[in-house]
Amino acid sequence: MNLYAIKAIYAFEMARTGRTLMQSILSPVISTSLYFIVFGAAIGSRIETIGGVSYGAFIVPGLIMLMLLTQSISNASFGIYFPKFTGTIYELHSAPVSFIEVVISYVGAAATKSVIIGLIILATAAFFTPLRIEHPLLMVLFLLLTAVTFSLFGFIIGIWADNFEKLQVIPLLVVTPLTFLGGAFYSIDMLPEFWRNLSLANPVVYLISGFRYSFYGAGDVHILVSLGMVAAFLAACLFTVWLIFRTGWRLKT
Amino acid sequence: MQPIIEIRNLSKTYAGGFQALKDVNLEIREGEILALLGPNGAGKTTLISIVCGIVNATAGSVTVGGHDIVRDFRKTRALIGLVPQELTTDAFETVWDTVSFSRGLFGKPKNPAHVEQVLKSLTLWDKRKQKIMTLSGGMKRRLMIAKALSHEPRILFLDEPTAGVDVELRREMWELVRELRKTGVTIILTTHYIEEAEEMADRVAVINKGEIILVEDKAELMRKLGKKRLTLHLQEPLKKIPKGLSGNGLALSEDGFELTYEYDTRAERIGVTQLLADLNAAGVRLKDLGTEQSSLEDIFVDLVRNGR
Ligand SMILES: Nc1ncnc2c1ncn2[C@@H]1O[C@H](COP(=O)(O)OP(=O)(O)O)[C@@H](O)[C@H]1O
Ligand SMILES: [Mg+2]
Repeated sequence: MNLYAIKAIYAFEMARTGRTLMQSILSPVISTSLYFIVFGAAIGSRIETIGGVSYGAFIVPGLIMLMLLTQSISNASFGIYFPKFTGTIYELHSAPVSFIEVVISYVGAAATKSVIIGLIILATAAFFTPLRIEHPLLMVLFLLLTAVTFSLFGFIIGIWADNFEKLQVIPLLVVTPLTFLGGAFYSIDMLPEFWRNLSLANPVVYLISGFRYSFYGAGDVHILVSLGMVAAFLAACLFTVWLIFRTGWRLKT
Repeated sequence: MQPIIEIRNLSKTYAGGFQALKDVNLEIREGEILALLGPNGAGKTTLISIVCGIVNATAGSVTVGGHDIVRDFRKTRALIGLVPQELTTDAFETVWDTVSFSRGLFGKPKNPAHVEQVLKSLTLWDKRKQKIMTLSGGMKRRLMIAKALSHEPRILFLDEPTAGVDVELRREMWELVRELRKTGVTIILTTHYIEEAEEMADRVAVINKGEIILVEDKAELMRKLGKKRLTLHLQEPLKKIPKGLSGNGLALSEDGFELTYEYDTRAERIGVTQLLADLNAAGVRLKDLGTEQSSLEDIFVDLVRNGR
């Protein structure tokens, strides 16, 4: 293991975050606040409690997941795509680092950043609504697992993309709809049966449900099912990364 | 002594089917400056990209410091510093940060004293806190050299280091390369400027269309392949070349005061003695004469034209 290299790349990526602090941190905070004002205060005041939780508090776990997913994917995909775009990737290729070290440092940095953002959103949410976290350890576990898994997913997108359009297309056309339909703003129990069953095919439902369970002790599906789904998706991403490594796919000419 | 880099039967065919390297064999000696000379598209960048790990070879093998570049890539890459042809740098990082980053990437612990020395030797010390994007083109090129030297490599690759660089910076770079060689660093530079190979190299490898046409000590190359030109300054102008002398490589200048004679030093009989005797017999009186060695450029054009 080239630990110095991992440290160097990780620090480089974190410095990039630091430079774009406004964009990295302020924008998720502002958009979350807007969600709270629109959904929590304006609409939420007309909605009864869901499973004993006020609507404002109910949407907090979903909102954090929403941001965690999009941030993880965009940070990691951009992080590895950008050197390809500018050409500075030559240095990575010519350095005594293996693909695994590259994955650890880029994914690690992207996950760190999204966890920080997740915690900031949590703190922001506490301003708008009283929060209760029943299983803090589980909450942290979910936060970390989700951040790492989707940073890996973003990393794969960044390797795959050879132009900016491809970089945007999956987050825009797949991830955003899935998160909005994943029960961030409602419980899938509120849906007619057909839509409820269809929702069970949406992996994001399991993430949000599990995360919500760690807050309020109740979710749309069983907590173990949620954990299992996250683990399965993590395994799928790790396997894909391993395949990329084995085949050298899109890495070098 | 074992060569520090050994390239064996190396071939590269790009995805599109274009063969950029054809069965290349080359040995590079420790501590030398080797110029890889060839026209654009000859395969110079491809060759060094394979040695540095940026491009995968299609066939053949390369060892660096006795280690295979695929199996022992950590060992071989740690020995190498690369300054690529294109000016590709980050934009928002500072000079100091980017050089320190390179050092870490190549597996070396922090060493501010070394980074300082490298920056000073490249006259970048005053700019250490500046963002890369504020640097001029020449500075950026120096920065790329600084990055390549950050991890104290034993081998330095310079891919067309002076393409598009002004005269002053070119001199500075040549000076730096000489200084580095004194410390035992092996230097491989690619160029399509003959002048550069001539000025810098101990040995020259000529590459064309993916094939190494020749590898030779520079001095030996000049001696073996060099043409010489004999210039005769006349006391009286000539209207035309005297009969019996024309037709063997002789040319008369416009004003009739100069006769030039080109001859190949490889030829068994170069005919200078005979020429002088003939001139004497024709009553041509000389004021002065001189010879001049043809440059690598002429040699190179010759080689490429003749294929092999
Ligand atoms: N990635 C690539 N894909 C296809 N062909 C390439 C690629 N890179 C270089 N080539 C081709 O290989 C040949 C050698 O290129 P290169 O090694 O860059 O030459 P040089 O550095 O001597 O100018 C050129 O004809 C070039 O077009
Ligand atoms: Mg080139």
